[in-house]
Amino acid sequence: MSASIEKGINALKRQVDSSVAAFFSSCVHCGLCAEACLFYTETGDPKRTPINKTEPLRRIWKSEYTLFGRVGKVLGLAKKVDDDLLAEWQELVYDSCTLCGRCSMVCPVGNDIALMIRKTREGMAAAGQAPEGLIGATTRAVTIGSPMGVKWPALQAQIRHVEEDTGLKIPVDESDVDYMLLLSSMEIMNFPEFIEAMAKIFDKAGVTWTISSEAFEATNSGIQIGVSDIAAELVQRIVDVADKLRVKTVISPECGHAYMAIRWDGPNLVGKAFNFKVRHVLEVLDDLRKQGRLKLTGKDSQKLTYHDPCQISRRGGVIDEPRNLINMFADNFVEMPDGGKMNWCCGAGGGVSANERADEIRLKVFERKKAQLDEVKPDAIISACSNCRIHLEDGLEEYNMDIPLLSLTETVAEYLADD
Amino acid sequence: MTEIEVLSWARGPGLQIATVIFVAGVVIRIFEILLLGRKANLAEAKGSEMSSGLKTMITRTIPDATTFKRSSVTIVVGYVFHIGMFVTFLFFAPHILFIRDLIGFGWPALPTTVIDAFAVLSIVALLAALVNRLTNKVMRFLTNFEDILTWFLTMLPLLTGYIAFHRVGFTAPSLLAIHLLSVELLLVIFPFTKLMHTFTLFLARWYNGAISGYRGVAS
Repeated sequence: MSASIEKGINALKRQVDSSVAAFFSSCVHCGLCAEACLFYTETGDPKRTPINKTEPLRRIWKSEYTLFGRVGKVLGLAKKVDDDLLAEWQELVYDSCTLCGRCSMVCPVGNDIALMIRKTREGMAAAGQAPEGLIGATTRAVTIGSPMGVKWPALQAQIRHVEEDTGLKIPVDESDVDYMLLLSSMEIMNFPEFIEAMAKIFDKAGVTWTISSEAFEATNSGIQIGVSDIAAELVQRIVDVADKLRVKTVISPECGHAYMAIRWDGPNLVGKAFNFKVRHVLEVLDDLRKQGRLKLTGKDSQKLTYHDPCQISRRGGVIDEPRNLINMFADNFVEMPDGGKMNWCCGAGGGVSANERADEIRLKVFERKKAQLDEVKPDAIISACSNCRIHLEDGLEEYNMDIPLLSLTETVAEYLADD
Repeated sequence: MTEIEVLSWARGPGLQIATVIFVAGVVIRIFEILLLGRKANLAEAKGSEMSSGLKTMITRTIPDATTFKRSSVTIVVGYVFHIGMFVTFLFFAPHILFIRDLIGFGWPALPTTVIDAFAVLSIVALLAALVNRLTNKVMRFLTNFEDILTWFLTMLPLLTGYIAFHRVGFTAPSLLAIHLLSVELLLVIFPFTKLMHTFTLFLARWYNGAISGYRGVAS
């Protein structure tokens, strides 16, 4: 047995807990999860059935954590987890799953299959069986501080531009403020309008906020590739700065997995409850709305629809907030079929977009999103995740669909009342 | 061994052995799951784990509309089989008498014609389930030996019970003995197979609901 497969097996063992055992004990091979997964519905390939993606973890559970499985192992009947198996499963676990969690909502026995796949990734990564693209992104996140290699001077330049354009000051490294805003590299490089929008909204709302020069990156490649140690290190960087600056609330930006990483996984990764709150930017905006500190003027009469980013909506719990905000400016808002917690993934989350090997299938499974959009025929799509946004734009172009993509935060800023 | 001797073995020692294996096996399997434990969640909660977990234990019985549309055969067959089997098992007068002997109390039975209909429904549904398993692309891919074995051992008590009730072929004691032995076989294999889902699905649904509910999502 090679050293790396041993690491992988040990990592898989650490993932087994009572929930995993209850899930595997309950599967009856009904196949309903396949019909919930766009990687199956759009390819028709049964090996992409969600529960099948968890096979390495299932084997470890069975042979190590069940009495009868252990007996089987002694008798030499246990199915082995080896390099060949993990190599074969890479494509299923990383390229054909966005961890969107739709299968987890559909499984009749209640298996949280997305969680099981997320846990399987821990073993895959520890055994060195992760895609090059994700390994690269994770390495850059650790060494440079951003999966896209964005350093502070790049953000500083964007901040300067925004300050020139708006005449507003972007607070940097200020302590004892209400909010510390995190950003995704994608926002810094492709959508600096997001920073501008936040500056305008916070200025009108009269709240104090800051961006940290030490910990501005919200994304976390560690949770995508499935290396908890790295994920914890990336979260700790934010925790240290938020504690040092004594901020009340850390804001996760328009990025799905970043929210999962800092809001729901973060404290569990570092093993300690936070001294500050973590909120998604849409939750913050909706709070400001409730407090009467977010006032909009004017209405958009276009037919608008909302794409729920999986990690923010189904896996994150931010479902009503975007709709409350959209209703402030939209005259003709239409839900997509299955919109809300059952929305279909865009096809690029969970590290799929960072994995070049998955480019082809990522665009193939976009046909599911296309089918949803064909039913609504919106004039524009609103979303709240830069990764969804980039991929939706990619997919729309691929399928010759001409529908503009809007960021919810940026759109809210456009409708800010002048008073 | 005469047929009466076989019947008394099936009613006596046979049933006792099967019940002990069944109960001990199920208890071991459930403790084996629960003893693994689960780390407390340190993130600030947006909703309740407990109430959401309990809710999902019930609500997950009903599929969402899109899932129903996409997997209607599997779902309908599953419903008909489970309902037919539970009604036949729990509301057939001789079953209730049998259970009363074991646990000391019973409940009202349904008319035998009704039970007969439910038994036929569950048998037909179980046959359909097998056809579905072997023709549906995904199910065929997932199917292993255990799926076929448990299908067969679930079908046996239904079929032997139906035949015993209608007294086809053998004499009554033989038919009853065969029926009882088939039930005992099912009990013995139960804890070692996916039949455990009967119990563990409530744990799984609770965890699913708890994980979602903690984040403020109704699952």
